Amino acid sequence: MDMTDMNTAAAAPHSGRRQGEVILDLQNISLRFGGVKALTDISFNIREHEIRAIIGPNGAGKSSMLNVINGVYHPQEGKIMFRGQQRQKMEPHMAAQQGIARTFQNIALFKGMSVLDNIMTGRNLKMKSNIFQQALWLGPALREEIAHRERVEEIIDFLEIQHIRKTPVGALPYGLQKRVDLGRALAMEPQILLLDEPMAGMNVEEKQDMCRFILDISDQFGTTIVLIEHDMGVVMDISDRVVVLDYGKKIGDGTPDEVRNNQDVINAYLGSGH
Amino acid sequence: MGFFIETMLGGLMTGMLYSLVALGFVLIFKASGVFNFAQGAMVLVAALAMARFSEWSNAALGGDSLFLANVIGIIGAGAVMFLVAWAVERFVLRKLVNQEGATLLMVTLGIAYVLEGLGQTFFGSEIYSINVGMPKDPVIMFEGLIEGGVMINKEDFIAAALAAVLVGGLTVFFQKTAIGRALRAVADDHQAAQSVGIPLNKTWVIVWCVAGLVALVAGIIWGSKMGVQFSLVTVALRALPVVILGGLTSVPGAIVGGLIIGVGEKLSEVYLGPMVGGGIEIWFAYVMALIVLLFRPQGLFGEKIINRV
Repeated sequence: MDMTDMNTAAAAPHSGRRQGEVILDLQNISLRFGGVKALTDISFNIREHEIRAIIGPNGAGKSSMLNVINGVYHPQEGKIMFRGQQRQKMEPHMAAQQGIARTFQNIALFKGMSVLDNIMTGRNLKMKSNIFQQALWLGPALREEIAHRERVEEIIDFLEIQHIRKTPVGALPYGLQKRVDLGRALAMEPQILLLDEPMAGMNVEEKQDMCRFILDISDQFGTTIVLIEHDMGVVMDISDRVVVLDYGKKIGDGTPDEVRNNQDVINAYLGSGH
Repeated sequence: MGFFIETMLGGLMTGMLYSLVALGFVLIFKASGVFNFAQGAMVLVAALAMARFSEWSNAALGGDSLFLANVIGIIGAGAVMFLVAWAVERFVLRKLVNQEGATLLMVTLGIAYVLEGLGQTFFGSEIYSINVGMPKDPVIMFEGLIEGGVMINKEDFIAAALAAVLVGGLTVFFQKTAIGRALRAVADDHQAAQSVGIPLNKTWVIVWCVAGLVALVAGIIWGSKMGVQFSLVTVALRALPVVILGGLTSVPGAIVGGLIIGVGEKLSEVYLGPMVGGGIEIWFAYVMALIVLLFRPQGLFGEKIINRV
């Protein structure tokens, strides 16, 4: 059975979560590094408010796909439509300006800074006072700092990391660092939240916590979430729709149940002959 | 007793000036993870620009207003430092995002030579003077407390006060403002900083501008003390042990390190010098830095190095 053509029209939300308009539409994306084809002719879209997973075995091109969405890589072919407008070539910090936040597979936090400061950096784009106001500690800069600090404290409460607020991030255990990474992305109040293997390297308990946070973010803030995962089990439980990549090609797209029964996907994961 | 205090105060004030140069190192290291070998060259270029611009404008004004000439000199030198910051970002750092620290270190070495050469090409390689009207005469203080009082060099005192204000201001700027936080974030991880929307290019220009400003203040003070000449570059070498002692990542460390070295130099020269035939001042700072490194590799105030295995 081939489901690559089934695409999005048939995909219905499998949970009660609302699904809005298409916010990001990737059309025929191809990405090469020299002679190596990382992505070949991949098309799929992301709807507002949904949890969209990108899965696949090692080396399938998941992270490349995420980096394309985030503006780190520029595909040689294909179009990216963001809110109905074709996106131009851009720098990574411009993705942040458009409301796309991300976390990192190998955690890229500011290790020397406290948890609080790390999450405060997520508010950077929302700060409007200029360098002179800040340097001289004028009223507007100070008021702004306090207002943003309040938002950050809410996020800290939400992620249940009050007890480590002032700890330098480098001194924290892995699972908590992942949570701070998520907090920093959340502080940006993103429209699209990209999570690069948020569960990687975690034990079962930490994974459950992370799942709960992801679902809570979706429910409470309505944030569109794009999730890359290696581990199929977790993804199937929390996502609305799943894209499956293998060797840089799309081999499946649909609800978790549809994907689970897709022969190509089964072959990719378990080897052909099953 | 009076002599001891005099020596110590002299040391403190020299130390404050070391701190000022050290601060330039720390700022750039904190905000881009680069150990900037070009800091000395920046001091030289700033001082040269200041000296020449004020000289030229003084001549153009017919020697009427030294104050106005100095203001023009400072503005001109400030513009030059901004240009340097912009050029360094545009032509060097932008190409080297996400590179190893060692690569960036070597690049600053190159920048140092380019700046030294260009600076002297544009502004000349003679010895110039900066006269910002610093009083040169010493004053006697604390006469009531100590017999004979303590002699203080007014010029040193004003310079030290200026340096202290600058250092204090920059500490607050780095620790308490959003831009300071963004600068620290960039220093820590380029990729992550970009992901939260901090533009690297703009940030680097800001840091190098601030470092240029610090170099300008250092250049003016040292230049008016000992004349603007090529040897100003070596002022940076004297600040090197200060940075190592205080820790590369710590602004307060740069201050305390500068004070320790300033006082240590003077006291050792006066009290230990005669025993070994003098000349201690020149190497004393390096030995102190070496000893600190043996016990605290991160410096007195540096961030503790955490190794995860």
